[in-house]
Amino acid sequence: MLETVIIPLLKIAVLLNAVLVAVTFLVLMERKVIAWAQARLGPMRVGPYGILQAIVDPIKLLLKEDITPTKADRWVFTIAPVMSLVPALVVFSVVPFGSDPLYYVADINVGLLFIISVTSIGVYGIILGGWASNSKYPLLASLRASAQLVSYEIAVTMTLVSVILTAGTLSLVGIVEAQRETGVWFGFIQPVALVLIFIGGLAETNRMPFDLPEAETELTGGFHTEYSGMRFALFFLAEYANIIVVSAVVAIIFLGGWLQPFPNVALLSFLGVIPGWVWFIGKIFVFLYIMIWIRATLPRYRYDQLMSLGWKVLIPIALANLVLTAIVKVFV
Amino acid sequence: MTIEVPQRKNTAFDTSELVLNMGPQHPSTHGVLRVVLRLDGERVINADCVIGYIHRGVEKLCENRDWTQIILLTDRMDYVSAATSNLGYVETVEKLMQVEVPRRARYIRTILAELQRIASHCLWLGTHAMDIGAMTVLLYSFRERELVLDLFEEYCGARLTYNAMRIGGLPLDIPTGWDKKVLAFCDLMEPKLDEYEQLLTNNRIWVSRTRDVGVISGDEAINLGLCGPPLRGSGVSRDLRKDEPNAAYEEFDFDIPLGTRGDTYDRYLIRMEEFRQSIRIIRQAVHGLPEGPVMGKVPRLIKPPAGETYHAIESPKGELGYFIVSDGKSTNPYRFRVRPPSFCNLQGLSRLVKGHLVADVVALIGTIDIVLGEVDR
Repeated sequence: MLETVIIPLLKIAVLLNAVLVAVTFLVLMERKVIAWAQARLGPMRVGPYGILQAIVDPIKLLLKEDITPTKADRWVFTIAPVMSLVPALVVFSVVPFGSDPLYYVADINVGLLFIISVTSIGVYGIILGGWASNSKYPLLASLRASAQLVSYEIAVTMTLVSVILTAGTLSLVGIVEAQRETGVWFGFIQPVALVLIFIGGLAETNRMPFDLPEAETELTGGFHTEYSGMRFALFFLAEYANIIVVSAVVAIIFLGGWLQPFPNVALLSFLGVIPGWVWFIGKIFVFLYIMIWIRATLPRYRYDQLMSLGWKVLIPIALANLVLTAIVKVFV
Repeated sequence: MTIEVPQRKNTAFDTSELVLNMGPQHPSTHGVLRVVLRLDGERVINADCVIGYIHRGVEKLCENRDWTQIILLTDRMDYVSAATSNLGYVETVEKLMQVEVPRRARYIRTILAELQRIASHCLWLGTHAMDIGAMTVLLYSFRERELVLDLFEEYCGARLTYNAMRIGGLPLDIPTGWDKKVLAFCDLMEPKLDEYEQLLTNNRIWVSRTRDVGVISGDEAINLGLCGPPLRGSGVSRDLRKDEPNAAYEEFDFDIPLGTRGDTYDRYLIRMEEFRQSIRIIRQAVHGLPEGPVMGKVPRLIKPPAGETYHAIESPKGELGYFIVSDGKSTNPYRFRVRPPSFCNLQGLSRLVKGHLVADVVALIGTIDIVLGEVDR
C-alpha cells in the first residue's frame, strides 16, 4: 500500500506543485532576462527585485473576469485550455531527476515514445481553442498551429529515432545510463540531432522565432485572443510547462540528465559532490536561458518560410542523420 | 502593371474568402488604421484601407486661426516629427510673404529638422522591427530617441509637440552648450546604429522577411504618388532636400541613398543610411553655425499679401507640402491644405500587399512608415 499508492501519490503531488511553481518563476525569469537584454529592469515593484511578481501574476489572472464570447462553442471553449495543460503536466511523470527511483514517478520502457505522444495531444487544446472562439484571428492561428506542430513533430520524432539507435533504449533512465556507459554525453555523439531537436522543440512550443500561432503583432494574440482570466492562464501555464519539458528532454537525451560532465574521467570526479538533480536542473536552466535569449534577439518567421524550413531543411537533415546513425550502428 | 493574384481552382471542397478586419484596434496598424483584408487562406487577395478615425479637421481649424497659432496645430499632424511639420508651414508662409530668414535661423532649423528625422526614424525602426517580431530593437531605438527628445526639451521645453519655429525665424536662440550636446549625441548615435544593424541587417530571418516583400517598380511608385523612402527604395532619386533645397540644405554635403529592388529590405537599408546622412548634416551645421540674429524682419501683425503658394519639404516620411491661400485682408488663411506624405504613401498599401501573406501586411504597414495623425489630420 505504502509502496504502490502513497509514495507515488506524494511524489506526484510534490512534482505537480514544483512544476507549477517553476512555471510561474520561469515567467518571471523570462521577463527579467528579456528586460536585461533590452536595457531595462523588468518587474521591480513586488518584493525585492520583483521576485514576488511570480506570485501576484497568477493571483491577478485568477481574480480577473472570465469571459466567454457569446457565439463561442462554450463546451469546447472551456475544455480546450485544460486539454492543453494536462498533457504538459502528465509528461513530467516520466522525467527522471536522478538515477534513484525516488527521483522519478515512473520509469516506463517506452518513456520517449510516451513523451512524444502525450505532448502531441496538447496541440488539440490550441486547435480547439482557436476553433471554438468563433473568431477570425484565433481561427487563423489554430490553422497555423496545427500545420506547424504536425510538420515539426515529424522532424523531431525522426531525429529522436537516431538517438534511440545510439542509446539502444526508449527509457529515459536507460538513455542516461547509456551515456554513463559511453562516457560522453550524446550531445557530442549526435550534435546534429541536438540542434534539430532544439529547433523542433522551439517550434513545437510556439517559441520565438516560431511563435506564429500567437504572433501578437499579426494575429493580436493568436489562438488565445478571446481567452481571459484563468482560462488564459491555463494556456499560459501549458506553454511554459512545455518549454520546461523540451528543455528537460534535451538535457536528458543530449546532456546526460543528472550526470556530471565526463562521468568516467577520474580527474573530474570531484564534481560528484554536486547532487545529480542539481546538475539536471542546471542543464534545464541553460536551455531555458537560450530559449529566452533567442526570443529577445530574433524576428519571427513567416508562415510559408516556417513550413519550408520544416519540410525542406529539417526533415531531410533528420532523415540523413538517421540513415548515417544506422549505418554507423551496423558497421562500426 | 496589374498584379497576378493566384486564383484558387475549383475543388471538391467548398472554399470561400475570409474577410478579416484588421484594426482600427490592432497592435500593428500604427494607430487607428483599419485594413479590410480579403483572404484566401493566409494570402491577401485585396486590402482596403479605411481611414478617418483620428480626423480632427486640422485644415479647417487652421482657416480660423491666425498665422502664428497655426504652427501649434501643425505639431499635431505628424506628431512624431513635429519640427518638420513646423518647418514646412513656416517656410510656406515666408514664401508667401517673401521674408528673409537669417542664416543662423536656417542653420538651427536644419539641425532641428535632422534631429527630428533621427527621432522619427528611431520610432519607425523600432515599430517596424517589432511588427516583424524583433522586439529588442524597439527598446534600443527608443533609448536613443529619448536623447533626441531631451535635446528638443532643452531647446524649446517640449518633448513631442515643439511649436519650435516662428514665421521669419525661430522663437529662441540655442541654449549655451546645446551645440556641444548635439555633437556628443551624434558621436553616441553612430555606434548605436551599428548595434541596430547587428541585430537586423544580416539576420537571416529579417532578410527573408523583408527581401522581395512589397516590391514596387520606380514607375509604379511614381504613378501611385509615393514619396520619401518608399519612392527612393524603388530607385527614384527624389529628395526635396537636394532637388528643391529649403532651410540651409544647399550648403551641406550629403548623399541620397537609393534602393535597387524596391522591396522592404531596400527601404529598410535606405532609412538606416538616412540616419547616418542626418548625422553628417547635423555635424556640418553645428560646426558651421553662423553668428547673428535668429529672427528676421517680420511685421508684428502677420498678414501675407493676397495670393496662393505651394511649398514642400522633405519630412522623415516623404514630401510634406503646404498649399496656402491668403486673401490679404484677414489674419488667417483663406484656404489651408496639406499634402501629407503618410496619406500618399498609404495609398500604395493595397497595391503592395496584394498576393502576400497576412504576416507581410504588418511588415508593409511598417515599411511605409505612416502616422495616422497625419493621414487623417
